[in-house]
Amino acid sequence: MGKLQGLLFALATVVLVVVSTAYFMKPWMPPLLSDRGDIDHAIWVALVLTGVVFILTNLLLAWFSWRYQDAEGARAIYWHDNPKLEWTWTLVTAAILFVILFNALGLWASINGPAPADAALVEVTGQQFAWNVRYPGKDGILGRTDFKLASQENLIGLDPADAAGKDDVLLLNQLYLPKDRAIRVRVRSMDVIHSFFLPQFRVKQDAMPGMVTEVWFTAKELTPPDKPLEIACAEHCGLGHYRMRGQVHVVAASELDAAVAAAAGQ
Amino acid sequence: MATHAAHAEHAHAPQAFIWKYVFSKDHKVIGIQYYVTAMLMALVAGLLAMLIRVQLAWPEKDYTWLGKIFPMGYDVGGGFGVMRPEFYAMLFTMHGTIMVFFVLSTAPVSGFGNLLIPLQVGARDMAFPFLNGLSYWTFLPGCLVILASFFVESGAAAGGWTSYPPLSALKGAVPGSGTGQTMWIIGMVFFIASFTMGGLNFVTTILNLRTKGLSMFRLPLTMWAMFLVAILGLLAFPALVAACIMLVFDRHYGTSFFIPAQIALNNVPLLTQAGTPLHQGGSPLLWQHLFWFLGHPEVYILMLPALGFTSDILSTFSRRPIFGYKSMVLAMCGIGFLSFIVWGHHMFVSGMSPYLGMAFAVGTILIAVPSAVKVFNWLATLYRSRIRFTTPMLWAMGVISLFISGGLSGVWLAQAGPDIHLHDTMFVAAHFHLIMAGAALFGVFGATAYWFPKMFGRLMSEPLGKVHFWFTFITYYGTFFPMHYIGIAGHMRRIYDPYQYEFLKPLQPINELITMSALILGASQIIFFVNFFWSAFKGKKAGENPWEANGLEWTTQSPPPHGNWPGEIPEVHRWPYEYSNPDAPRDHVMQHEPAGAAAGH
Repeated sequence: MGKLQGLLFALATVVLVVVSTAYFMKPWMPPLLSDRGDIDHAIWVALVLTGVVFILTNLLLAWFSWRYQDAEGARAIYWHDNPKLEWTWTLVTAAILFVILFNALGLWASINGPAPADAALVEVTGQQFAWNVRYPGKDGILGRTDFKLASQENLIGLDPADAAGKDDVLLLNQLYLPKDRAIRVRVRSMDVIHSFFLPQFRVKQDAMPGMVTEVWFTAKELTPPDKPLEIACAEHCGLGHYRMRGQVHVVAASELDAAVAAAAGQ
Repeated sequence: MATHAAHAEHAHAPQAFIWKYVFSKDHKVIGIQYYVTAMLMALVAGLLAMLIRVQLAWPEKDYTWLGKIFPMGYDVGGGFGVMRPEFYAMLFTMHGTIMVFFVLSTAPVSGFGNLLIPLQVGARDMAFPFLNGLSYWTFLPGCLVILASFFVESGAAAGGWTSYPPLSALKGAVPGSGTGQTMWIIGMVFFIASFTMGGLNFVTTILNLRTKGLSMFRLPLTMWAMFLVAILGLLAFPALVAACIMLVFDRHYGTSFFIPAQIALNNVPLLTQAGTPLHQGGSPLLWQHLFWFLGHPEVYILMLPALGFTSDILSTFSRRPIFGYKSMVLAMCGIGFLSFIVWGHHMFVSGMSPYLGMAFAVGTILIAVPSAVKVFNWLATLYRSRIRFTTPMLWAMGVISLFISGGLSGVWLAQAGPDIHLHDTMFVAAHFHLIMAGAALFGVFGATAYWFPKMFGRLMSEPLGKVHFWFTFITYYGTFFPMHYIGIAGHMRRIYDPYQYEFLKPLQPINELITMSALILGASQIIFFVNFFWSAFKGKKAGENPWEANGLEWTTQSPPPHGNWPGEIPEVHRWPYEYSNPDAPRDHVMQHEPAGAAAGH
């Protein structure tokens, strides 16, 4: 009975290692369409490093459970300390993690760094259960909004008294991105917390009521006109959370204004 | 003299059923009460998980039959039944809430903590037996309030187990944000009050009631875990009580701790009749900080006891001293300390300052060091050991396996950059179900089989235990490991119908596979309940020390009598891990055996 259990455990562990590693080799990430390839790279490095540790520790676990079964009369070794060994594996682990940390902080800083000066601007306002998308129009300035003005006709409470808002272009659940030009996205919410998630662009930013948060990135590939990508909501926001979905189109930078205007005219 | 005192205590043991088994002050009875209550709550939370999984795999199917069982959860019309989205939100909210607080904090900590602390430190009972009884009778109303909340109008809370405002603060934001959310808050306050009483008892008992010779560095690692867990609970839970009370004020008395001014719900601005904002100056981020200030130490409150059980079980059944005892203690202290400075890693993309994100990434990555040390020590303990593969040993091996699998994905998530893509996806669900929920659950199953003699004086059935282990081990991985893949593919959490999204449609076959595995996992737990109740009444009688283990709990009868030792409390002469000492006549030397029995600690 005992022997069988150890063998089974070893076998199960080896199967786990083989199957899970084989599946991790598959391309699970959605195709990358933005300049945030560094995130993919960091994930890939993490996969390789943790994968090696996963395989080694599990193989040891499998080997020990198969090899060191109880036998009549034999005693285990009496060995319960080895400061040199313990310091070694602690410091080696710490050193590897330090390198990971160093890279992670660099990546985080670059993602959150300032946007290029020529970046386009768009505002995305989540509300139960839709994404209001607003472009600043020719003046490049988003008009003032006031939540007190919000209504069925004025979803984000655009202030009609503000001249800068006259040429703002409002779209519902349609986001247009310029190819090869950075875009700043001002993320807001009208009601509860939502999360603006663009899987193919490695962008996710919570839309926090009472706050404006800005993220920026650059789209690198055009989307076919009949095959837009999706905006997803990644934060539970109520009963319609699962259908809070929008469409993303990447167009040539020079065609952005025309594409937005055409979408608004429809 | 001492024998005389013990006899006197014996005489004081209550005889009436109600004082002996219901309103008991005996730590063993209270421990079993906690444990059984938690396992019954687990049945409820597990059932909720089954409904979640069925919906995720086949949202398009006809659920008329489920609508008959859960009329509040399904719309049945025209011969076709579909789940209501708000019911789905309620399912995942209550699954998380019940599992985290009422099962996996309760069974290992309040259940086994109460059962084991006096037995392992050599005390007649906990330091404050009345407070101990009171803590259970504060916990139970919390459970009842949480269960009752399913039956109020518009159902139980549905804002996620984290109850982020404004969703949980504004009654119109989600069905369930009415009475259900109020009851969620009340249930939590009961739970926290009970946990605080327990924590005080744990710390006091472990510090003050240790028997002669039992220094802190001779404590079993389970005791170190309980000690640290109690401190974590005492320091972290007050933040959540404060947050809950603030949330009550926001919901009912017009304050604005968590609700900012700029809110228009269903296109109606929240204004007073005078046209001024109904709320002003609140921040939903404040709740997240308070919640996760508890929430992250809470993760370790679930896990540390399981890590302690694993160390003790591993040492017993590998017949080897635990490797690196002091580094194990230091690792647990390190994990406990670091758990207080990592909470912000739940908030990398919340809009919190990116500088803060950096600081939290540092703490989070650091916590991998003590975690890795624990794994290495366990592996070193197994090296050249003599493993007896009993049921408790299998569960302990399972904990190590899950701790490795779930821990490594933490290194991905701790780096704030990758977390942008992985946050709030099924990858996170995979991560914490493996490491936190899985390790805690497997730890509880292992501890149940191991210390069952001290609960009921009998052994659990080994064949049933092994069958239960293998079904659970395989289907647990089958359920949670594939969630990594769909999470990397972008599959969000808490989605009632994933296939609304084009990019998630191809993932349906994997969701079906996960669900089938989950259903077998759920059904396998029947084996455990059968084994538990059958063995409690009909199992093989256990002697004092059926596993040939070393701890003090194995020096008394199974189950121990009121007062724990019929005679004097044993004195301690060494640590509890004296296995296979070549100078000793037997392969193990118990903690209480006089020094002549063996060289060594």
